[in-house]
Amino acid sequence: MTAIVEVRNLVKRFGEHTAVNGVSFDIERGEVFGLLGPNGAGKTTTIKMLITLLPPTSGSARVAGFDIVHQKADVRRSIGYVPQALSADGTLTGYENLLLFAKLYDIPHKLQASRVRDALAFVGLTEASDQLVQHYSGGMIRRLEVAQSLLHQPRVLFLDEPTVGLDPVARQAIWNHLLELRSETDTTIFLTTHSMEEADSLCSRVGIMHRGNIVALDTPDNLKATVGGANTTLNDVFVHYAGDALESGGSFRETARTRRTAQRLG
Amino acid sequence: MKLQEPAAQHSDLDKAIALTQPRQASPLANLGNFFKKMFTIAEWEVRKLRHDPTDMLTRTVQPALWLLIFGEVFTRLRAIPTGQIRYLDFLAPGILAQSVLFIAIFYGIAIIWERDLGVIHKFLVSPTPRLALVLGKALSAGVRALPQAIIIYVLAIVLGVRMNLNPLALLGVVVLVVLGAACFSTFSMIIACLLKTRDRVMGIGQILTMPLFFASNAIYPITIMPGWLQVIAHVNPLTYLVDGLRALMLAGNTDMSGLGTDFVVLLAVTLVLAVLCARLYPRIVE
Repeated sequence: MTAIVEVRNLVKRFGEHTAVNGVSFDIERGEVFGLLGPNGAGKTTTIKMLITLLPPTSGSARVAGFDIVHQKADVRRSIGYVPQALSADGTLTGYENLLLFAKLYDIPHKLQASRVRDALAFVGLTEASDQLVQHYSGGMIRRLEVAQSLLHQPRVLFLDEPTVGLDPVARQAIWNHLLELRSETDTTIFLTTHSMEEADSLCSRVGIMHRGNIVALDTPDNLKATVGGANTTLNDVFVHYAGDALESGGSFRETARTRRTAQRLG
Repeated sequence: MKLQEPAAQHSDLDKAIALTQPRQASPLANLGNFFKKMFTIAEWEVRKLRHDPTDMLTRTVQPALWLLIFGEVFTRLRAIPTGQIRYLDFLAPGILAQSVLFIAIFYGIAIIWERDLGVIHKFLVSPTPRLALVLGKALSAGVRALPQAIIIYVLAIVLGVRMNLNPLALLGVVVLVVLGAACFSTFSMIIACLLKTRDRVMGIGQILTMPLFFASNAIYPITIMPGWLQVIAHVNPLTYLVDGLRALMLAGNTDMSGLGTDFVVLLAVTLVLAVLCARLYPRIVE
């Protein structure tokens, strides 16, 4: 088995501040890999480097076999991305949002409409497809974004805190779609989260990130076994590795954005 | 099979040709793809405006007021020497250029809004050339500016300005309006990529509109300016937009000699700014 995501000593510094401090890991094809950590741990920065939004300060990584610095265009064609903020355009319909992305991803003109309809059906938005997205609930917008990220059948799907701010029902719906995707295709899923429950119910392996480093990386069960007895939860593992999380905090901007997202979801 | 026929000594050459062929085909295909992406970004704007034209309509109020109030008063004042033509006639193209400037110079705020929304992250992660993203946005600003031309034509005709309704001249006006909006919106997007917040772009935009507007030939001829201001007016792209619009919009104007320069200057400035903006564009998400 070859890794579909290979990360080697990846470093990102912003001036004096080291956001990601030399992380290395591999993700196998078909895995659901979760990067877990408190705000400001470097999860989003790591994802931004892997999806070619941020150039690394040093180190290297390959996604779907392509180098994230030298083969950006190939990487971009191979991945899907759902950003942290709810990012669909509210002034367009769900169908239009997807159609325009189908065009940007070079899906042949003849296939565009059917691909968009299939993707909408997959996330259960067929009936709402002609409504303006500003009338969607937060959960519907997130499902629309998942549909959009799957249009071009990416090999790796990146999701940055996919369920932050969603109510439990909407969150469960997103999880179900991701699990369905995992069982029906060999799409590899890479997500960041600070929800232990999410990592526990979705991920085949979890990396715990703290202050720019990956401090633990294993299956959820193994992580629990390492830290404590039979009743250990992933929450305990998290506290064990990132116990002083409160002190490190998150950047103000990140917190503000999470709040905004939560507000938009009402 | 035919490909294998040539004599052995040519095989290296054939290989070279075979290797270069896809490359030869690809620039054209790439160029087609480039324009397709650019128009997709502009289509985005058109669809937005179709769902909600409110903003587009409210923006037509300001140029209408300039023509109606400022124009009517200054026509009676006869304070500004405009040669053979009436001041209102002189002013109409200037006001169109002004509203193009006002729409475009704050356009950078749109990409900051998209950054906050996360849409721009998704654009940047898609296999779309940065320059196509920038020019697509510039074209979108042009789409937003075009309704201004319609309101100014209607109002000017009502006020008795003799407008040139020759289809070719109208087409030229459309091209100039889009080009002018593209020019100033790329400038605004560059500022947005560097400053990154809405308030700052708003502030800089307000600082810029004043000199850009008043140090141009929009509401008075350059010849009445002091020498140093004339120099500034001549390097101000708005001057070329106004000059081109004035040549094309007014009936009875036969002097089209400056038109070529106007187009070339606006196009060149836009392209330079767009290339610069494409380099800075990814910064907005950092």
